[in-house]
Amino acid sequence: MNEILKILERDGRLTGKQIAAMLGKTNDEISDAIAEYEAQGAILKYTAIIDWERAASERVTALIEVKISPQRGDGFDRIAERIYQYDEVDSLYLMSGSFDLTVIMSADSMRDVAEFVYAKLATIDGVTGTATHFILKKYKEKGCVFKKPEQQEERMIFV
Amino acid sequence: MIAYNSVLSENVKSLAPSGIRRFFDILEEMDDAISLGVGEPDFNTPWHIRDAGIYSLEKGFTKYTGNAGLSRLRSAISEYLTRRFQLAYDPVSQVFVTVGGSEAIDLAVRALVDPGDEVIIPSPSFVCYGPITRLQNASPVYIETKAANEFRLTAEELRAAVTPKTKLLVLPFPNNPTGGTMRKIDLEAIAEVLRGTDIMVLSDEIYAELTYGSRHVSLANIPDMYERTIVVNGFSKCYAMTGWRLGYACGPTDVIRQMLKIHQYAIMCAPTTSQYAAIEALTNGDGDIEFMKNDYDQRRRYLYDGLRSIGIDSFEPKGAFYIFPRVSGTGLTSEEFCERLLIEDKVAVIPGTAFGPGGEGFIRICYAYSMQSLAEALARMERFIKRHGTGRPGTVAPTLGVL
Repeated sequence: MNEILKILERDGRLTGKQIAAMLGKTNDEISDAIAEYEAQGAILKYTAIIDWERAASERVTALIEVKISPQRGDGFDRIAERIYQYDEVDSLYLMSGSFDLTVIMSADSMRDVAEFVYAKLATIDGVTGTATHFILKKYKEKGCVFKKPEQQEERMIFV
Repeated sequence: MIAYNSVLSENVKSLAPSGIRRFFDILEEMDDAISLGVGEPDFNTPWHIRDAGIYSLEKGFTKYTGNAGLSRLRSAISEYLTRRFQLAYDPVSQVFVTVGGSEAIDLAVRALVDPGDEVIIPSPSFVCYGPITRLQNASPVYIETKAANEFRLTAEELRAAVTPKTKLLVLPFPNNPTGGTMRKIDLEAIAEVLRGTDIMVLSDEIYAELTYGSRHVSLANIPDMYERTIVVNGFSKCYAMTGWRLGYACGPTDVIRQMLKIHQYAIMCAPTTSQYAAIEALTNGDGDIEFMKNDYDQRRRYLYDGLRSIGIDSFEPKGAFYIFPRVSGTGLTSEEFCERLLIEDKVAVIPGTAFGPGGEGFIRICYAYSMQSLAEALARMERFIKRHGTGRPGTVAPTLGVL
């Protein structure tokens, strides 16, 4: 029933009834499956992808490379937990390569980002270095292109 | 001043213009109408295919190709047909590339049909076969397929339509507009009628990839049918490449040679950019087909289910991306239904009558539209049906003044 997840990942607003029709299942089968996915945490949350710029609201997004020294017993996890607890942090990934963690955060201003980095992030025990990159323009997020597609000229064609 | 009426070809003048121009005129005036009328994929051409077209332009491949099309493309078509449909065609002598499946249909009819011949056309079906036949001064003979037969062509119907003048049978399956398909067993029955005759078959398989449940079978796969079958296919529907205008024809060498002759004089060659893109489609596009087909299938089920729940019954379509429900229970003709639905509730669908004999009482809805469009269209149609009734027990009968 991974089909349900694929459908919801593309459009989380479809109703159980609609999905049932799309997949040729009963309403109960779909609502049970969704409840199960929610219970096991496969479905974490339903949300919207927002273009804040188009909503005429200033938001700053930054990608921060973080170097940490892993700790005996906990590896990277404990420090990661201390970082993701902050509401400012949207995403956090453990990386391979020349740094350890990627933090993606958004804030109302560059100043807020800077403050978070030097006052909170950099001072966490075990964090040995940070490099902050500001995102200049968003083109695509979660499969969604930010620019509205240009429409081809209207056609009246009979096929 | 030239009296154009007297200089224009009688043959061309006698062709009826497409019956739904009027709807387009109404539709053009509306800004909040939902159109489920145009039969084409709502997907863009997959990027890797577009990119291959762009790349060919960058490299300066902007000249004519050979008349029959790029040899690499013809090889790719041959391999594709073997891989997907177990069809064997020699890429050099039995395959050539056309401007859409439409050109291939035109050429097949022109290469085979003489004045006075009869061409058997199952109907309702795509609109072009009859007019092209008439341009040859030949006669279309329509067989009305039935909802009760799931819009299949039956052997009995075919046998009854065959005369000594029958030159060609058009086999338009999976079918636009009905969504009907022909199973192997149905094709075997058709083959039984054709065996021992010289009747040729134009098998329009443009929707071959879009079947739900079982794979499409070509008539050319049935014993003794290969020698009489011209298979027409293209890139428009399965790879969402309608605007690239690219199709192909495959068949017996002697027929293909004659078709190619007309193509040489009339067209020269299919668009070069499109041909390069098509090589990429055939080579790396199987996954795109599966992805889009799966999506259409979901919308097909959704629309079929939704129409039933608002009281509109339909044959459950097995192919293409159309559903062809019966609306005669409303007491309206197909055209009245479509015109009122458009004016009153702003949903554009096509009257079944636009697809030839047998279409009265039905409408064609294309479901290659977004789920949001389909959901909104269903909500609007439900309002419409509540006012007009469907004649089905339990739904509201048409009552004056109930608005």
